[in-house]
Amino acid sequence: MANRILLTTFTTLVFIFLLGPLAIIAAASFGEASVLQFPPDNWSLKWYANIFEVKGFLDTFKTSMIVSFAGNVFALLLGLPAAYALSRFTFKGKAGLQTFFISPVLIPGIVLGFSLLRYIIVTFNLPIYAALFIGHTIIMLPFIVRVISSNLASFDFSIEEAAISLGASRIGTFFRIVLPNIRAGILAGILIAFLESFNNVDLSVFMTGPGVSTLPIQMLTYVENYFDPTIAALSVLLMLLTAVLMFAIERLLGLSYFTKN
Amino acid sequence: MAYLSLQQVSVAYQKTNILEQFNLEIQEGELVSLLGPSGCGKTTTLRLIAGFLHAHEGAVTLQDQDYTNVPVNKRNFGFVFQNYALFPHMSVFDNVAFGLRQRKESKSAIKTKVLDMLDLVGLKGFENRFPSELSGGQSQRVAIARALVIEPDLLLFDEPLSNLDANLRVNMRLEIRRIQQELGITAVYVSHDQEECFSISDQVAIMNKGNIEQLSNPADIYHYPKTSFIADFIGFKNFITFDRKEKQTEGTTYYKADTAFVVADHPGSTGREGMMGAIRPEDITFHTRENAAHTNSLSGTIHTVIFLGRSYQYEVRTSLGNFTVNEEMFAPLQPGTEVALTFPPDKWVIVEKTEVTTHAG
Repeated sequence: MANRILLTTFTTLVFIFLLGPLAIIAAASFGEASVLQFPPDNWSLKWYANIFEVKGFLDTFKTSMIVSFAGNVFALLLGLPAAYALSRFTFKGKAGLQTFFISPVLIPGIVLGFSLLRYIIVTFNLPIYAALFIGHTIIMLPFIVRVISSNLASFDFSIEEAAISLGASRIGTFFRIVLPNIRAGILAGILIAFLESFNNVDLSVFMTGPGVSTLPIQMLTYVENYFDPTIAALSVLLMLLTAVLMFAIERLLGLSYFTKN
Repeated sequence: MAYLSLQQVSVAYQKTNILEQFNLEIQEGELVSLLGPSGCGKTTTLRLIAGFLHAHEGAVTLQDQDYTNVPVNKRNFGFVFQNYALFPHMSVFDNVAFGLRQRKESKSAIKTKVLDMLDLVGLKGFENRFPSELSGGQSQRVAIARALVIEPDLLLFDEPLSNLDANLRVNMRLEIRRIQQELGITAVYVSHDQEECFSISDQVAIMNKGNIEQLSNPADIYHYPKTSFIADFIGFKNFITFDRKEKQTEGTTYYKADTAFVVADHPGSTGREGMMGAIRPEDITFHTRENAAHTNSLSGTIHTVIFLGRSYQYEVRTSLGNFTVNEEMFAPLQPGTEVALTFPPDKWVIVEKTEVTTHAG
């Protein structure tokens, strides 16, 4: 019984600790005053309207979406074959390649961001968009490779041989036999990578310039100048977006997908 | 000319030759087993025939056509895997239909063929199930149906029953034999289970270290193994390397030290040149010392007794080494008992000496 009480207390504390700040921000976003207040004196939706009035939020949201989407597609095109090859074949340097594909997670974003700035923008003089795109592809790649690899780890490759023995080509087998069986892993990889990219600050901060910025960077810039609840309102919308995505994942695969591997 | 033929084939894996100058011929309509311990090259041979592996030397032909470099998906061979390898995202119907769809057959033809095949393997009414809803035996039936429905020129089995429990194994091997005979299909079957191979095959090839040591019908192998390896593999536990021999009018007398053993001529093993004799534990009989025959007899002392169920197994120490003897007895003889062993002339088999794991005499 005492255990039960202790457990309930701890669980409640953890939830307060995790959800408390979110609740405070959500509540503050509905305040009327032009500074963040908790609890707010008066209620209003005007800061939500303000998101769309302040120059930049909508544009940078679009930029973020484009960069995360395009980078995601590219990371998938690189990551899926890589994950497949790493799971399917044994070859020299395999362990090295495995480390290589997860290395972006190990390197601090700031270091990665700075080196990309140094080379892509300064040395090769590429447009900022290209730099953003390349940078985000790099940070998404490890998530795609990892999640798909863990899915492929339980994949029985003899079914591939079975398909080939029944007359299917190697390519046909990949699309008709391998892909349908790792669909869940691919989807999960895409979504996790997308969230990682969409929320990224440390890398993007080096790759923004005149006219090009991502939403998190724009938010950072905004809070440097204003203390009103616009950011709180925007955060609530982003949380909602993330929640919808997570809900979609949960419905499609079950959240256990992320804890399993 | 043989239906399937492997001529002087060599296969290497990571620079080690697994098969070297390997030959195998299979006649049309036969079920041939490749039998041997793990690492003997039987699976390599099967995968070579299937086309999953390629020979860097030699040729594979089927009906006189060169198949050496024909890719797997152009071979029209059915392959049955040890772990069934069913497509988990497809229903039983779609699994079986897969090969026919690759061959772009019409919808109605596919439907008829798949349903007929499911009927043949005893899975009528299972077409809408998914692999996760099937038992091991049912899965393997689907796998067999899937391999058969394409009307393959050759059916290949890679230890198809080793994941099933013992009773099911016996049923399934009868099924496989029935289907193979019913369709008159040529098949190659890999297993490490001697009884399984003997019970379903027309021919058994016993493999050891990448070589076929004997290819003949199961009864021949059982009675007249050619080499000491085979003899050991199929249950001959006693081996003697003789010193000299004398040809008699009937049979041959072999000598080990001063003891003479008459070995009868038998049709399966006449003309064998070796000097090693092999005999099964159940073929040696006990006599008391007084009743011992003059030839083919050896006296010894019982060292250990093991209860085998049907019989007792004795380890008997003699002047020529230890012998393993199985005797059906109501009450066992005790260790220390002095006995005479009798070796009937028609039970000896002369074998060529190859690598063997247990060795007596």
